[in-house]
Amino acid sequence: MKTAVTVAKRIASAVPSLVGVVVVTFLLARALPGDPAAYYAGSSATPESIASIRAHLGLDRPLVWQFVDYVWKLAHGDLGISVSSGKPVLEDLAVRLPASIELTGMALLFALLIGLPLGVLAATKPGRLVDHLCRLVVTVGAAFPTFFVALMLVFVCYYKLGIAPEPLGRLSEIYYTMPPPVTGLLSIDTLLAGDIDAFRGAIAQLVLPSISLGLFALAPIARMTRAAMLTALSSDFCRTARAMGLSSGRIVFGYALRNALLPIVNILGMVFSFLLGANVLVEQVFAWPGVGAYAVNAVIASDYAAVQGFVLMMAILYVLLNLAVDLVATAIDPRVAYDG
Amino acid sequence: MAEPTAASSAPSTVWSDLRHVALGNGLTVAALAVLALIVVLGLIGPAIAPWDPLASSASLTLKPPSLPHPFGTDALGRDILSRVIVAARLDLLMAFGAVVLSFAVGTALGAVAGYVGGAVDQIVGRVMDTIMAFPLFVLAMGIVAALGNSVGNIVIATAVINLPFYVRFARAEVNVRRDQTYVEAARMGGNGPARILIVHIVPNILPAMMVQASLNLGWAILNAAGLSFIGLGVKPPTPEWGIMVSEGASYIFSGEWWTFTFPGLALVTAVFCFNLVGDGLRDVIDPRRRT
Repeated sequence: MKTAVTVAKRIASAVPSLVGVVVVTFLLARALPGDPAAYYAGSSATPESIASIRAHLGLDRPLVWQFVDYVWKLAHGDLGISVSSGKPVLEDLAVRLPASIELTGMALLFALLIGLPLGVLAATKPGRLVDHLCRLVVTVGAAFPTFFVALMLVFVCYYKLGIAPEPLGRLSEIYYTMPPPVTGLLSIDTLLAGDIDAFRGAIAQLVLPSISLGLFALAPIARMTRAAMLTALSSDFCRTARAMGLSSGRIVFGYALRNALLPIVNILGMVFSFLLGANVLVEQVFAWPGVGAYAVNAVIASDYAAVQGFVLMMAILYVLLNLAVDLVATAIDPRVAYDG
Repeated sequence: MAEPTAASSAPSTVWSDLRHVALGNGLTVAALAVLALIVVLGLIGPAIAPWDPLASSASLTLKPPSLPHPFGTDALGRDILSRVIVAARLDLLMAFGAVVLSFAVGTALGAVAGYVGGAVDQIVGRVMDTIMAFPLFVLAMGIVAALGNSVGNIVIATAVINLPFYVRFARAEVNVRRDQTYVEAARMGGNGPARILIVHIVPNILPAMMVQASLNLGWAILNAAGLSFIGLGVKPPTPEWGIMVSEGASYIFSGEWWTFTFPGLALVTAVFCFNLVGDGLRDVIDPRRRT
């Protein structure tokens, strides 16, 4: 019962964030330099045509009504039309989102698979080689720009060693056939289509971008795991467990790690902020057909509706991910339910 | 890194702490030296660059590193070493500009919110929560797109996404001091809220805020360079590390590695040094926050 209330409270607490996000994206579009109506009317516009476009866009009405109009359209899934592609922004984003989700998911998986064991080992052997390795990874991860790491990886693994496929997109359509889209995630769709070769091809394309993006997320995860494990291992209950003669494996994984999980899960919120932002840079390097690359082109082309749609979608995604992080924290640690 | 020892018997001053940290931590001192070099390059870079960073030459395109051009030349035959040196000023200015801006605005907002409390605190808190509800780099892109594609707006965008960290920090620091006895005494002495805040409280939170700012500088450089890497703000042919990496990236398939490696390494070096010096400064001023 207590937990149900806590969960409901957490879900409700995401609502103000969502409202704030919608207001800010609306205001960002209104902060445009110059007159949007003149922009849409083009270079050969007359004052009359600008005025008619302004009326058509509703820009002659009070700001509050424009906001109501914006929310109304949003509620109906209308994010406007992209000037560069001529298609609805929502459609453009929906086509590209799975590529970004697949990349971000793989990067997170990579970061967790390396970061967690690294942090645990560093905390159990402080001052030893693995601890220094952990510190090195954390320092490097915080100082190397994602895009530079991505380029170096491409140069070494593709150009020099030839062990990675050409860094152009998700699947080379010269060698493989695209699977029929089911989930949009190529690593799953190829399996559903029973095409093992294409599955290998899709995974091979994913490796370098995921590592470049994941390295960036690895640093905070490893640092937090190490710190939380050090705290847990030096606590009274671990001392007692040790005094009772429990095996070190039991103490580390059964006691310390379970208690250290809460700060680790909590830092995932920050990690998602990194990942969703750095996604844009990695997609740019690997010609990845995701929402980030789409947004970069939109910003360069002054395609405001597309940029606004992208920012809004990423923010909503981020708010929901943060909510998920909170709910997971509540699930793994009963103390959270009482604090909330 | 050596752990700080509490064995010093002399009364602890900033200088003795500084010497202690410096002795125990050669890496921080080395980082400080490299950082000083980068700042000097930022100040006098154009005067000491061996070649004109903008002069192109058709006969010198994409030459690998050599004695006259230690970092090689780019697609237009420009000397990459000179461009890397001259770029230091712009990159440092963008980072410092953004950090100073968020530092000043953040301290003011946070201090007022923490001291006054009530509705002001609520509003400031809500606005900061809303900024934090965005993935920060995405918000920066949105701000640059909305305000216009210029270097000044990159600085503003970087400052805005950093603002919540300063506001929250200043708010918390002011909040714990608001009811301390020396503030009570100042209030009894007839000082108004503005004077108490500016003369009595803010000077006390400044050292910790400075640590926050120095830890933030490396991140600000990364952010600004990331924005210019995707083509925002800095326009070619202006030399800037992020845009140089992005220009060099086109030659990765033909193996001209020096075009993107050297500007990228300059960026890494600067961020690395800022982070290490920031850590060192924290150890001196605010040793409890070591991780």
